[in-house]
Amino acid sequence: MTALLEVQDLVKHYRSGGWLTGGAKTVFAVNGVNFRIAPGETLALVGESGCGKSTVGRTVLRLLEPTSGRVVFEGNDLSALNRSSLRALRRRMQIVFQDPYSSLNPRLTIGASVAEGLEIHRLLPRSEIPHRVGSLLEEVGIDPVMAERYPHEFSGGQRQRIGIARALAVEPTFLVCDEPVSALDVSVQAQILNLFVDLQQRRGLAYLFIAHDLAVVRQIAHRVAVMYLGVIVEEGEAETVIGRPRHPYTRALISAVPVPDPERQRMRIVLPGDPPSPTVRPPGCPFFSRCFHPSKNDRCTVETPPLREVDGRLAACHYAEILPAAVNGQQ
Amino acid sequence: MTLLDVRDLRLDFPVPGGVMHPVDGVSFSIAKGEVLALVGESGCGKSLTSLALLRLVPPPGRIADGSGISLDGVDLLGLDPGAMRQVRGGRIGMVFQDPMTSLNPVLTAGDQVVETVRAHLPVTRAEAKQRAIRLLTEVGIPDPADRFNAYPHQLSGGLRQRVMIAIALAAEPALLIADEPTTALDVTVQAQILELLDGLRRTHGMAVLLITHDLGVVAGRADRVAVMYAGQIVETADTGALFQRPSHPYTQALFASIPRLEGPVGRLKSIPGSVPQPSDWPTGCRFHPRCPFAFEPCASAVPPMFQPGPGHDAKCWLLDPARLAAGPRIFSS
Repeated sequence: MTALLEVQDLVKHYRSGGWLTGGAKTVFAVNGVNFRIAPGETLALVGESGCGKSTVGRTVLRLLEPTSGRVVFEGNDLSALNRSSLRALRRRMQIVFQDPYSSLNPRLTIGASVAEGLEIHRLLPRSEIPHRVGSLLEEVGIDPVMAERYPHEFSGGQRQRIGIARALAVEPTFLVCDEPVSALDVSVQAQILNLFVDLQQRRGLAYLFIAHDLAVVRQIAHRVAVMYLGVIVEEGEAETVIGRPRHPYTRALISAVPVPDPERQRMRIVLPGDPPSPTVRPPGCPFFSRCFHPSKNDRCTVETPPLREVDGRLAACHYAEILPAAVNGQQ
Repeated sequence: MTLLDVRDLRLDFPVPGGVMHPVDGVSFSIAKGEVLALVGESGCGKSLTSLALLRLVPPPGRIADGSGISLDGVDLLGLDPGAMRQVRGGRIGMVFQDPMTSLNPVLTAGDQVVETVRAHLPVTRAEAKQRAIRLLTEVGIPDPADRFNAYPHQLSGGLRQRVMIAIALAAEPALLIADEPTTALDVTVQAQILELLDGLRRTHGMAVLLITHDLGVVAGRADRVAVMYAGQIVETADTGALFQRPSHPYTQALFASIPRLEGPVGRLKSIPGSVPQPSDWPTGCRFHPRCPFAFEPCASAVPPMFQPGPGHDAKCWLLDPARLAAGPRIFSS
């Protein structure tokens, strides 16, 4: 398999806060992440707020500069590119944001928003742009006669479709989708997920799909990587990771998904507290403070578990082989 | 015993050339200690319904004549403004979706709890502070004495929502209205908050009106469910019955659109189109333009509530006993 995108030892730390008091802290957002995405493939990056998943998405596109590590896209090392070659390559990699309310310019008609990329990259003669905009809107399920309207005239789901048309305008091969359905109603969420699947089949797109709901992820992802405090703690085929999770954090995430089954709702793992702040890097296993694995012990507080192969996937837990029924709430 | 009774609630919003009714003839009741979930898509009128219960309908909207809301037998629509203010935050507690915008950013978390305690209970400042710290402890805030002095921006989304819940509980309400209390939160934190609400209603014997668009959130949390569409309740049932046998095509469609963790992965069944605008409610059954089973009467005649089972109501012509008696169902789901 030739990878379309390859991410190697990606690290992103930044200084945050304290500009008045001088007490700025280092945020360890991403602490060494590796993954590959093949053409036409979907990798889902899953975790709670603050785990670094959005930072990975933005660093991959070099919207943020990585602290260290490499991002190779279509054979080009992005960190080695100058501005103009990076811009040319950006045409092939686009992003769809979570909030369709704030990611469209309210003062541009939606047609003008979709046309922007075509104009910047001079992909078409000016006279052909309106026609292309119309067919892009049609492809995402918006009536082309609406091109002259403004974002506030559309619902959340429609705005998300417009954001997708805007990303598709420059004919990318790769999309970073940053929580694209989290702000939508379940019924609309289903429409947008189906649209992503259709577009992938039609255009051979690859997705880095950032999300926190594993039931959503299961609908769209070929592979899943679960992140916690800036590192990947479990990664593998979607059916393997979601069907037979090995890392206790993945199990907790699955158990938290609200499924419409009153019986199942009674067997749940509720993780205590919030994820620890990314401004501290605890020694040993990053998940230790919230871990409920019966085998957890002092070793976990000193020795960081490596991401290693267990039962057909990668998992970063010293005790990934031990899977007591009582812990595995969903089986 | 009935705690809250809502009869034929209708809201009037003047628009050029007429009046529209985003909530249009809603009736339901909640017993003491019961959890009722009000479920529907954005724009179906569920949040306006909850605001109407508190008489907080944004102007120029108003509650139409002929609507009835009573709490413990007291007609809320007849109360003077001062008495109504005592009901809000007193007998009825409120938790909204977005804890960032519903908390006051320039007051500490603790002061906001104290404010509510003192507005409703005859206690001294020191007693109010004691009580506030006890409430913060009860809603699971770690180091409550420290967090008492924290401002909302210093708290995570989950902690902010816990502060909101502490404020809502301050005067020991008989009814808690929770409007999409977990929509803005991570799934893990959502699970914590739902667990917390469940525990609190058990310990305090509080009734809860849980408003959500996600039937997954309802499972195992609510005693009964009312499904709302286009300003009206279209189906009501005990949670178990509704999950086993959703009878309105809209409820069935909502279930089909939920992604599952088990079973084969297939195309999600989405509901075609979107919720109509209140200025433009369809004739007959309001769901008929999006309904896969619509037949002759649906576009012209408003269906009454039929009873597909005991304690189970659904507003759909498919359930008309006259039609069911006439022959086998020609519409399969």
